[in-house]
Amino acid sequence: MQPVEIKKDIFWVGAVDFESRDFHGYSLSPQGTTYNCYVVKDEKNVLFDTVKHEFTPTMLCRLSKLMDPADIDYIVVNHVELDHSGSLPQLIAMCRPEAVICSPMGQKAIEAHFKDWEQWPIKVVKSGDSISIGKRSVCFLETRMLHWPDSMFSYIPEDRLLISNDAFGQNIASTERFSDELDRAVVEHAMTEYYHNIVLPYSPQVLKVLDMIEAAGMDIDMIAPDHGLIFRGKKEAEYALAAYRRYAEQKTQKRAVIIYDTMWHSTEKMAYAIAEGLRSVGVESRIMDLKHNHHSRVMTELARCGLVIVGSPTHNNGILPHVAAMLAYMKGLRPKNRIGGAFGSFGWSGECVNAISQSLSDMGMELPVEAVKNKYVPGHEALAQCAEMGKMLGQALIDKCAADSARA
Amino acid sequence: MQKYVCKLCGYVYDPADGDPDQNIAPGTKFEDLPSDWVCPVCGAGKEDFEPDN
Repeated sequence: MQPVEIKKDIFWVGAVDFESRDFHGYSLSPQGTTYNCYVVKDEKNVLFDTVKHEFTPTMLCRLSKLMDPADIDYIVVNHVELDHSGSLPQLIAMCRPEAVICSPMGQKAIEAHFKDWEQWPIKVVKSGDSISIGKRSVCFLETRMLHWPDSMFSYIPEDRLLISNDAFGQNIASTERFSDELDRAVVEHAMTEYYHNIVLPYSPQVLKVLDMIEAAGMDIDMIAPDHGLIFRGKKEAEYALAAYRRYAEQKTQKRAVIIYDTMWHSTEKMAYAIAEGLRSVGVESRIMDLKHNHHSRVMTELARCGLVIVGSPTHNNGILPHVAAMLAYMKGLRPKNRIGGAFGSFGWSGECVNAISQSLSDMGMELPVEAVKNKYVPGHEALAQCAEMGKMLGQALIDKCAADSARA
Repeated sequence: MQKYVCKLCGYVYDPADGDPDQNIAPGTKFEDLPSDWVCPVCGAGKEDFEPDN
């Protein structure tokens, strides 16, 4: 278990979780994840964040290759969520640091997580505060709600290093530590997946933070997040910053996702017919059966789609549970700037499509085309109606894309 | 006009800006926000706000 030097006297001492598949109980992490933490050796030795509790021995093993843990002077807590703070009680007991540094909201979160906090030497820092650690200084930037109230960035100007906590993270377990060591598409997919399942609701905060970084003229040639790969070099850092601006802006994209569940394949047939209609006007789509696609995979797909079409049969006067769960999850992630559509088969009452339409509309989506519902099994006429719906939705999406680029 | 801060996430409601996303016009005092208005950042209710000093 070796540390990895990422800059002169700055080391990664985190842990790789190859087995992780359930990320925090709501999202999948199909490629595993990492809990990154970093140590800076200077006149004061500083540890930035820790790891999930069960990985504490791994982290200590790496750290011990560099120094006696008791030589840590400061522990910076950029984020109190337990995958980054799980080792804190044990480490504080071992290291007896001079200071445990966190944001004002971080202090509140620490108090609500750990019973021993009163004995800890907590030092609260605010945006703009900085501390000297010898040859270097550490500047702090509160990034409230990116993605918890306590979240904070730490920036070391002498090394042009931004330690960004969960921002710019990706769920990837690998022995590589740097983004330039993996295929770009792999990194892009993992960053998209992470953003659209965790950070998306806080896109307005992301834009503010990106603007702050620009306004402050922060010179960054390495971004070290707390999950996944490190972006080294100016080009890689700029790539990550630009990706986050793109995700947060949520410009309309000419692609659709069709999400459905089905009982006797009727709603499924409708989904395929809608996709044909979209295709006939030049809009490509992905059809996602919710029995085989986890809600977090759908959100990753939604990242590149300006149109969301949701289908469910009416079941006991309502929506099938997978679809209801999907809508609840999507609503919480507050996607912006999308248009929607609803469809589904029914036996006798048929309330479901209205409920889906209402749900999409509650998310702020415009529904430019009337929902299509069909009694029992769709025949040629009903499927032609679905294709027509796809065509009209596709055209509405094309028009929206054109209107958006005209505004830009 | 008095600004109010969300105790949960730190968002500051500035009456000068209002909250256009929830159709709150600039110039609306915190006291005059509807009772179902929520923090645009974290979803907290009005009762979770305190005067920002």
